[in-house]
Amino acid sequence: MKHFLPVTVLVVVSTFLVAAGIDSLQLMPQNASLQGETVDWLFGLHFKLIAFLFSLVIVIMLYAVVVFRRRAGDEGEGVHFHGNSTLEVIWTVIPAIIVVFFGYIGTTTLISVTAAQPEEVAIEAVSRQWVWNFNYPDDGFSSEELYLPVGQPIRFDLKAMDVLHAFWVPEFRVKADAVPGRTNVLRITPNRIGEYKLVCAELCGTRHSYMMAPVKVVSREAYSAWVAQKVAEEAAKNTPEARGAALYISQGCKGCHSLDGSKVVGPTWKGLYGSPQAHTDGSTAIADDEYLYNSIVKPNLQVVAGYPANVMPQNYGELLTDDNINNIIAYIKTIK
Amino acid sequence: MRTFFQLGFVRGLLGQVLGTLLGMGLVTGARAAFGYDPLWLAEPAWVIGGLLGTLGFMVGVGALTDWAKWAIGIDTPMHHGAPAGQPEWTRYFAVDLSHKVIGVQYTVWGIFVLLFGGFLATLFRVELMQPGMQYFTTDQYNTLISAHGIIMISAILLGVGGMINYLVPLMIGASDMAFPRLNAFGFWINVPASLLLITAMFVGGWDTGWTAYPPNSLRTALGGPLFFLGFYVIGISSIVGGLNLLVTVFTMRPASMSLFRMPIFVWAALGTSILQLLATQLVGLAMLMLIVERSLNMGFFTPVLNEAAKALNSPPGDPVLFQHLFWFYSHPAVYVFVLPGLGIISELLPVFARKPLFGYKWIALSSIGIAFLGFLVWAHHMFTSGMSNYLRLPFMYATLIIAVPTGVKFFSWLGTLWGGKLTYPTPMLFVLGAISVFLLGGLTGPPAATITTDLYLHDTYWVVGHFHQTFFGGFMFPFFAAMYYWFPKVTGRKYNEMLGKLHFWLMLSGFWVMSLGQIWAGLLGMRRRIADYDPALGVQNIQIAVTVAAYVIALAILIGLYNFIVSARSAEVAERNPWRSRSPEWQIPSPIPEHSFATPLAVVGEPYDYGLPGSVYVRMVPAGAGD
Ligand code: HEM
Ligand SMILES: [Cu+2]
Repeated sequence: MKHFLPVTVLVVVSTFLVAAGIDSLQLMPQNASLQGETVDWLFGLHFKLIAFLFSLVIVIMLYAVVVFRRRAGDEGEGVHFHGNSTLEVIWTVIPAIIVVFFGYIGTTTLISVTAAQPEEVAIEAVSRQWVWNFNYPDDGFSSEELYLPVGQPIRFDLKAMDVLHAFWVPEFRVKADAVPGRTNVLRITPNRIGEYKLVCAELCGTRHSYMMAPVKVVSREAYSAWVAQKVAEEAAKNTPEARGAALYISQGCKGCHSLDGSKVVGPTWKGLYGSPQAHTDGSTAIADDEYLYNSIVKPNLQVVAGYPANVMPQNYGELLTDDNINNIIAYIKTIK
Repeated sequence: MRTFFQLGFVRGLLGQVLGTLLGMGLVTGARAAFGYDPLWLAEPAWVIGGLLGTLGFMVGVGALTDWAKWAIGIDTPMHHGAPAGQPEWTRYFAVDLSHKVIGVQYTVWGIFVLLFGGFLATLFRVELMQPGMQYFTTDQYNTLISAHGIIMISAILLGVGGMINYLVPLMIGASDMAFPRLNAFGFWINVPASLLLITAMFVGGWDTGWTAYPPNSLRTALGGPLFFLGFYVIGISSIVGGLNLLVTVFTMRPASMSLFRMPIFVWAALGTSILQLLATQLVGLAMLMLIVERSLNMGFFTPVLNEAAKALNSPPGDPVLFQHLFWFYSHPAVYVFVLPGLGIISELLPVFARKPLFGYKWIALSSIGIAFLGFLVWAHHMFTSGMSNYLRLPFMYATLIIAVPTGVKFFSWLGTLWGGKLTYPTPMLFVLGAISVFLLGGLTGPPAATITTDLYLHDTYWVVGHFHQTFFGGFMFPFFAAMYYWFPKVTGRKYNEMLGKLHFWLMLSGFWVMSLGQIWAGLLGMRRRIADYDPALGVQNIQIAVTVAAYVIALAILIGLYNFIVSARSAEVAERNPWRSRSPEWQIPSPIPEHSFATPLAVVGEPYDYGLPGSVYVRMVPAGAGD
């Protein structure tokens, strides 16, 4: 019993020190969503429990290491006892109560962060290797930047066109996977104006680390102005070249083909139209309309030298109408 | 030279090369016979080649010879000692049926694999010292982390196999494992598997991590299918090893050794073996399905179907199904990795505290409890996959509840220390270090278990930190504790205490820095498995510290190995029982003779009655006393 007091004091002091230490660090980027407030509150609770349990075990262990060390010349054995069932029951039941309590809190907080909000606005976030695209169905346009009005509950409908991706803005705290063939839902109410980054949090291949998109949480007025501008741009987009440019982004061509001559995954589109192309099988051809059409629909037919086969999806012929493809070709012609 | 080519290991390697070529030839020949173009199709050629290569290794090494002879009615008596006319050391390079040889084989091969996997980590850690790509392409980086993950897992399984095979028969006074040939098979099949994994890195690599999630794993380069195959083959070893251990423990104890009088490590081995025997099939199946989907276009996991499947009106596949199959094994697997290590902690503490293990039954049953609960939590790895709340919540509760038996172990360890006469030679230091590190792992688990906070933590460096803590605390530190502790028993010699302590302090400090750095980077928003990171995250200094710490750990481990090698060859002869342990293996000579126990063992007391004057745990039944 003579150990009880010093151990208790040490555990209490250590708990406060560890908890204060955790508090003093900049642990997470500043929260920017309503759901995040709940998440951060639960983190706070976890950190306090961690500070206590860490102190409890480490203090008792180090205390025993010092106090019960064998002194020089002592040849005796330790105290002979096999255990204590009361203690075992106590340290089974109390942790059980604590974890069930955390389970309960985990349940209520989960229900609150996943709950549907009044007057939600739906935005479709479409992911593909290695780009994000956002469709605003209410206003009929799509964008590469995610603009959000502050205070507006949003329901993200997550889509994946090829492999798994995951939608995560650290400042919004919550994340969800985008799974091909399903539409997963993630609810976020941004509540702090600012610029953030959306990142892909599920390993998705070569350029996974770079799969990001800018996120801008703006005032309601700024948001309306942006929507109006987008709608106007949409109207202007009715030339084949402009539609092709939109497809370049929405169909993911951008993930692999640059416009500035740089070599990414596939050949650049700069100066492509009308130029001679050397193939892996040794042949060459001029990139005319028919050549480009075939390259989109059957990419393995003529693989450009220096690039691997089977990288470009083989199913564009099914995804795109002939109109779409002609628009894309029209767009390629403009890139000199 | 003659001796060299008679080594089973060398013949196995030749067999693997020949088998691989044969498999490739079969595929190419079949394509020629059907008139397909082109003749050479890399993926089926490598898959069939990999399979036949594995078989070729097993035939070459001789792991199947006895069974083949039995099949045609030839009897093969148990052989003890080196192959006829060969020096003693050749035993370790050939199929040998002694569990002590197999235990050493597992351990040594495990250390080689561990060094290779660790070497990969030292490569990609350098890349992470600064934002931007400096030394590797992103594809190479992805291959490195994927290979590091699965290679380290196979190293841990080998280390676990080493400890269990060497120790359990000795601890229960058995002459060997129940099925010695199956035991040898279970070890040797790991060798072609390791080689498959290493080959996978050099035939294009793969970029799925160790988790192999489709659809990405269906599109990744040629390394992918070889990795699936390697994973599958490792699984075979786990299944036969688990089966063998269960039979051994349940049928080969002396009658006087009731279950609650077994050394505590044996309980841990039981828990691990139950998991290995019952869960591994699921991941094997998942890997096979990936292979078949890739080569035969069977759409288990892809929602986007090919033309042929569409014409048949087949329903689409489901990528999330794979995750269930994968984690149904891979969550229990994490307990396969750590239960033996936790058993080592419980085994060693009483010896160095000189008092009984606190709450023996509670610790024993907590291992079994963890093993069973471990089957019920797999979906906590999938909280963001799109499951409904109704599906997610039970897995959250089950996960949190595992903290209870884990806590019982911690508190019982503290109870064992309390009132002891503690000494701190190297094995004890590693045990205490293990407790501190495993504690970190136990504390970073619950925030990942409550779904609300996991929605932030999932797929960040927090998780990377969490599982390195559990692996180091539950495997690496206890493994080295065991290496130092049983070194005198296995080699008959003393290790160097000063180098041992240096190894410990470097590894402990390195690990704490690395681990706290990882969880902090995760909280700051660093995603896991990224080749390059955004400088705006502000994690670069942390990454530098983690890399330096990783190199400190690598140095520590090299010092440890140096110690083992030098001490085994030259140091002074160790006493029979330097730790004054009560366990059976310490009552017989070191190194242990071919037939471990000259006479049968009888249990006459409690295993851990340290401090009870005049009591012993086991006694050798004198020859001729009857049984
Ligand atoms: C209190 C005990 C523990 C709890 C509550 C816990 C909880 C969790 C949870 C919820 C995850 C998923 C995190 C995520 O991906 O978002 C996780 C990951 C993991 N845990 Fe634990 N865990 C505990 C102990 C352990 C132990 C003892 C081990 C090792 C034996 C372990 C090994 C792992 C591994 C390997 C992963 C990550 C696997 C991967 O994604 O590659 N955990 N843990
Ligand atoms: Cu798990």
